[in-house]
Amino acid sequence: MCRLAAITSDKYFSPMDNVLALETMKEGHDGSGMGLAMKDLGGEFKGMKDLPVLSCICSKDGYPTLTEYMQKKGFVERHTWAPKTRPVAGIQGRDYYLAKVYEYPEQYRDREQSVKDDLLLRTRLELKRMGQADESIVVFSFYPDVIMLKEVGDPLALGEFFGLDKANIKAKIILAQGRQNTNYAINLYACHPFFLQGYGSMTNGENTAFVPIREYLTGRAHPGYTGYNSDSEVFTHILHYVVRQLGFPLTYFKDTITPLTLEEMAGRPDGDALRLIKSSLRMLTIDGPNCNIGFLPDGTTFMVQDAKKLRPGAVGGVPGRYALMSEECGVDAAVPRRDKDTDVFPMKYDMVIIPPGAKEIKVWNQLRAAS
Amino acid sequence: MEPAQSGLMNETDQNHQLTLKDFPYIVNWNDSRCKRCGRCTAVCPVRAISPGVVVRTQVTSEGATPEPVKQRSVVQVVKQSNEIDQYCVGCATCSLVCPNDAIEPQFNPNHRFLLFKNKGGDSYKRGGRRNDPSLSTIEQLKFTRISMLTDPALDAGRHEFRIRTYLGRVLPPEDLPVKVTGDTLGLIPNTFIPPVREIYPIMIGSMSVGALSPPMWEGLAMAVAYLNEEMGMPVAMATGEGGVPPRLLRSRYLKYFILQIASGYFGWDEIVHSLPHMVEDPLAIEIKYGQGAKPGDGGLLMAYKVLKLIAEIRGVPMGVDLASPPTHQTKYSIEEAVAKMIQSMSMAWGFRVPVFPKISGSNTAKSVLNNLARNPYAAALSIDGEDGGTGAAFNVSMDKMGHPIASNLRECYLDLVSQGKQNELPLIASGGVGKRGNLAANAAALFMLGASAVSIGKYIMQAAADCLGDEYNRCNLCNTGRCPRGITTQDPKLYRRLDSDRVAERIVDVFVSADTELRKIFAPMGRSTELPIGMSDGLSVADKAIAERLKINYVC
Repeated sequence: MCRLAAITSDKYFSPMDNVLALETMKEGHDGSGMGLAMKDLGGEFKGMKDLPVLSCICSKDGYPTLTEYMQKKGFVERHTWAPKTRPVAGIQGRDYYLAKVYEYPEQYRDREQSVKDDLLLRTRLELKRMGQADESIVVFSFYPDVIMLKEVGDPLALGEFFGLDKANIKAKIILAQGRQNTNYAINLYACHPFFLQGYGSMTNGENTAFVPIREYLTGRAHPGYTGYNSDSEVFTHILHYVVRQLGFPLTYFKDTITPLTLEEMAGRPDGDALRLIKSSLRMLTIDGPNCNIGFLPDGTTFMVQDAKKLRPGAVGGVPGRYALMSEECGVDAAVPRRDKDTDVFPMKYDMVIIPPGAKEIKVWNQLRAAS
Repeated sequence: MEPAQSGLMNETDQNHQLTLKDFPYIVNWNDSRCKRCGRCTAVCPVRAISPGVVVRTQVTSEGATPEPVKQRSVVQVVKQSNEIDQYCVGCATCSLVCPNDAIEPQFNPNHRFLLFKNKGGDSYKRGGRRNDPSLSTIEQLKFTRISMLTDPALDAGRHEFRIRTYLGRVLPPEDLPVKVTGDTLGLIPNTFIPPVREIYPIMIGSMSVGALSPPMWEGLAMAVAYLNEEMGMPVAMATGEGGVPPRLLRSRYLKYFILQIASGYFGWDEIVHSLPHMVEDPLAIEIKYGQGAKPGDGGLLMAYKVLKLIAEIRGVPMGVDLASPPTHQTKYSIEEAVAKMIQSMSMAWGFRVPVFPKISGSNTAKSVLNNLARNPYAAALSIDGEDGGTGAAFNVSMDKMGHPIASNLRECYLDLVSQGKQNELPLIASGGVGKRGNLAANAAALFMLGASAVSIGKYIMQAAADCLGDEYNRCNLCNTGRCPRGITTQDPKLYRRLDSDRVAERIVDVFVSADTELRKIFAPMGRSTELPIGMSDGLSVADKAIAERLKINYVC
């Protein structure tokens, strides 16, 4: 089972906190990779929150291609962070791991965010296409205030490899996943978390409805609905589709992936709308077993389970720092000093929501449509 | 043995007579077991067997030395006719009534029946379905993606399953009339929302009052009501062309029925006149443009089935052939006429009832699909494949016309996928579902190829009322009104054999067991809260050409 470790805090913290939490949850063999999604960046990125950050891996051949392309498109480089990698047994390093901050091209600087978002997406997809055949460029995200870092290997070894314990890279929201690859070939693009235009998520388990969901999303005419090297990538895109594209409140993400029965909806004040959503978004229903943890552009984090609660999940912490983990021991590692009695283990109807700023945990109940 | 009376049999030249070897079924009659009760010859629906008398000569010798004595005796026998109009249909009703197991028809694989079954220039007409006993494509599909170690499979017995589907035009999410108020979605008032029904994904397909006997139709209707109201399974039943009994139109049970309008418009005078008296809307309206069993043909009810009740419901004189035209006479283009028909039917019920067309499987199905996809009032498309059944049709239409459902459905579904509309226009697949008795497996395979629902007809007659028909042309007398089981006849002497309560009970058995089997298929594949529509990665087939055509896995 993939290990999920998310921490949300009102203070900047190191991604090593997540890596150590992953380590406590380790069981059996696991070397297929780790992914980090860092949002609300601190450290050397603190003063550049409005500027897009390109998270990518390049070979020596790919680097000049990337630089030339970005220049041609009018992006002006402002800052570059590259981890100081150390040789670690079992990790095959690549040439460049980069997080590059750019100024928008001049003609875009005063445009609204949605136009900028589209530009960033198109640029990311084009870079991905250019480097896909020879893996000379691997791009994970291109978005303001977000860095993604992924590599194949054991999470703890990767933490050491990237020097995360010493790096000046911090964030207030970090999602980390140790991927125990069982279903697919090892591929960096299959490594969680996934990110699209401000929305990020990671999932464990198997998404049995992957094919119909993928086919439905690719028919939505959004260029970002592509990739799908992992069956879990669709969760991020469903989140993006429901909240960003359709404009629904976050709780309707839960109503989309695990809809209530018509009888259960009768008890909801928004039952009429729910009935319509259930039929219109039928193809996006999942069956699990899945635990899904994600974040929104505003910094809200959440955890949901499949409709049968076939995967564990634990959320706990103190005001100002909460951990959302696939197992309780991960919470212990991330926030050891807390009142464990207040830990939340979301059940089939629950959606755990931690508002921006990590001041409190809300448990929204799907049957009652209330926290 | 010689005939008791001299006649044709004494002539040396029987050159223009058929031999029994030319017939599809040869009756094995056991002289020594037969007690000459006459039940078999009385019950034979086609008079293929008749009592006969023969003279037997026996030479005996009882003394110590040979003293042959010739004895002649007159003996009663059961004879099989070699007249083409009295061919044995293999129904085996004779075996059913025989107290001593003395008689049984046997299939003759070397028969030459079709060479002769056109006496007087009258082409062979029959009921049933395509006479092809080979494995259909859907029968060859396997479910191969099983969750085990990668992730636990669901438990068919203990987990919650929701086996339901939608019938109706589903709005794309972008067009939903909803608005956000605070953290809640609400409906925008006074906006049109197409009617959508949540139903059980196995439907009972169109079989008309008239084609079916009163107890058969009554049994179906009782079972549908019971399944809906007692078992919580919202099974829908389509009426076929020819209307429904007026009492049903005015009852609360109408909500479980899909009224069919076909090219003869039979029964619609009564339906239209009942509109003001209806206490419930029908579940849906099906506009029949084609039928898988006989593409290019309209409905056909032979004169001897048009008795008083049927004539009244259909608004026609008794005892006349009721042949619906092959197409709707008002139909001159799909863009206008079909659209108008869908809108007219919708309007009749205030746009509260889904209206959808049914067509026969065809290379042109995608054209129809794309027209409907652009018509916001089209509620679904029902495609009936070549293995569908019928009460009456030309044999050539049944055997040689039509398109298999599997690839027709698949290409239609993938066409919708390419447009992102696979959830907007539900596809209903039929034609050979359960042909080999594997109702749940066939249905599940069709869901995974892209069907939102499947329809069954022939299967339910076989499973619930013991219909004798099969793909070796057994029985198939539906068109003649002489159904030996009393299923497709209007003759009280015959339909009294059928107990509507037992039919209803068996239908409930069929649906309850199919529901269990669907869970047994879906559970290891990890699907429970929604149908696995389009979950094609779960399917495989051991035939490369089929795998390529259906875009599924090849396994061997």
